[in-house]
Amino acid sequence: MEPILWFGWFRADIIAEYGVMFWRGLQMTILVTVICIVQGTALGLAIGLARLADARHSPARQICRYLLRWPSTVYVSFFRGTPLFVQILLIHFAVLPLFINPADGLLISGETARSLKQNYGAFISGILALTLNSGAYISEIFRAGIQSIDRGQIEASRSLGLSFARTMYHVVLPQAFRRMLPPLGNNAIALLKDSSLISAIGLAELAYTARTVAGAYSRYWEPYLSISLMYWTLTLGLAWAVKRLEARYGRGDTR
Amino acid sequence: MDEVIRVEGLTKNFGPLQVLRGIDCSVSSSEVVCVIGPSGSGKSTFLRCLNGLEEASGGRVLVHGISVHDNSTDVDALRSEIGMVFQRFNLFPHMTVLDNITLAPTKVRGVPLEKAREQARALLVKVGLLDKIDAYPNQLSGGQQQRVAIARALAMQPAIMLFDEPTSALDPEMVGEVLSVMQTLAEEGMTMMVVSHEMGFARRVANRVLFMDEGVLVEEGTPEEVFDHPREERTRRFLASVL
Repeated sequence: MEPILWFGWFRADIIAEYGVMFWRGLQMTILVTVICIVQGTALGLAIGLARLADARHSPARQICRYLLRWPSTVYVSFFRGTPLFVQILLIHFAVLPLFINPADGLLISGETARSLKQNYGAFISGILALTLNSGAYISEIFRAGIQSIDRGQIEASRSLGLSFARTMYHVVLPQAFRRMLPPLGNNAIALLKDSSLISAIGLAELAYTARTVAGAYSRYWEPYLSISLMYWTLTLGLAWAVKRLEARYGRGDTR
Repeated sequence: MDEVIRVEGLTKNFGPLQVLRGIDCSVSSSEVVCVIGPSGSGKSTFLRCLNGLEEASGGRVLVHGISVHDNSTDVDALRSEIGMVFQRFNLFPHMTVLDNITLAPTKVRGVPLEKAREQARALLVKVGLLDKIDAYPNQLSGGQQQRVAIARALAMQPAIMLFDEPTSALDPEMVGEVLSVMQTLAEEGMTMMVVSHEMGFARRVANRVLFMDEGVLVEEGTPEEVFDHPREERTRRFLASVL
């Protein structure tokens, strides 16, 4: 292909040549982000509730304390207290081989394990690491959101005869969710950007594509500026979507 | 008369602080009982023990003969029989007035939605707020919110209504509208227990007045007995300070 120069220095032909690869990378980045947002939110809700679990009478009281509150607190502390990059490496090179291993995987072994690791190893590890990490952050958002709801709301609901679970579902979580939307949106944006770290274990997403292109041509402005603009567009889109949600669900909130 | 609530030797501690020091009393069907006393005397805590919002430290509370604080008691079922109205209304801000009222009947009792809505409309007529049926709580005045809260509690057709200082958070000009709804309820034969600083209301509407101080029931009697001829020095002092 003939070199195409934009503004005298930007080799647009390089981007065009790798257009399909960039497109696949973009799809992979979006796929990873969406999966991790969904799984991270579910995990975050579970962990957030576990951190708040309490009961009045034993043995439920002890169960809540030792089997729910303590482990979830340690979990959150670890995943917020160590670098995501290190977590990705740890999970990909240490944890995953423990479970998926041709020789003696605890979960899957043999030929299935070999092909799974070869084709989807980075994908599985990346999703796992990012989900576990964002779950820790999201659990804090849930915890704070739930705790921000006035106790009187819970008392009013319980005194009407609604069970604890129904009170959570109909009264507390809908109100907490409204307050959690801005931090959840921030978290989604962070997740989208952090997904670039998975390129380190060889998942072909946007950052990996840029690195490949940069390596092939020894040109850095073109690939990295291009993916920067793609990430920027995606985060702007996410921020806009969150704003729309806030406007839609903001009704009736007194604050 | 049917006994709705019976309280035997009820005590409540918050850490080293003893808030209730052995309360005995009972409320019969269609009775209106007002609990008065200085702030910090344990009135609200006492009321909140009656439907299990507070755990009792000792003694017991029986509602229709069922012990509220027993581990084996289905406290949700029991609470659906006990309406409670709070000082700060506690309407659900994310729901319309209609949804606030129909939530518990449909989810707890399984009343069909259409039927629950019909009943909600009737209750809103009763508290004079049918025109606010689709409003959100933050669009209502304090007095209106409290009247909706009363309608919400009534929607469960409770055997007794507990009022925890229902007018204390209201601007003075809105106190009357809430009290008049409560008076109508009393006249219709609703069993009520009211913690309040509204002495006029207690005198006008109550069958019985309980005076509480420092976690004990100091004195009880008809409004005339307690307000006009208090037997205890503490009651006299309190009445002199508020009247």
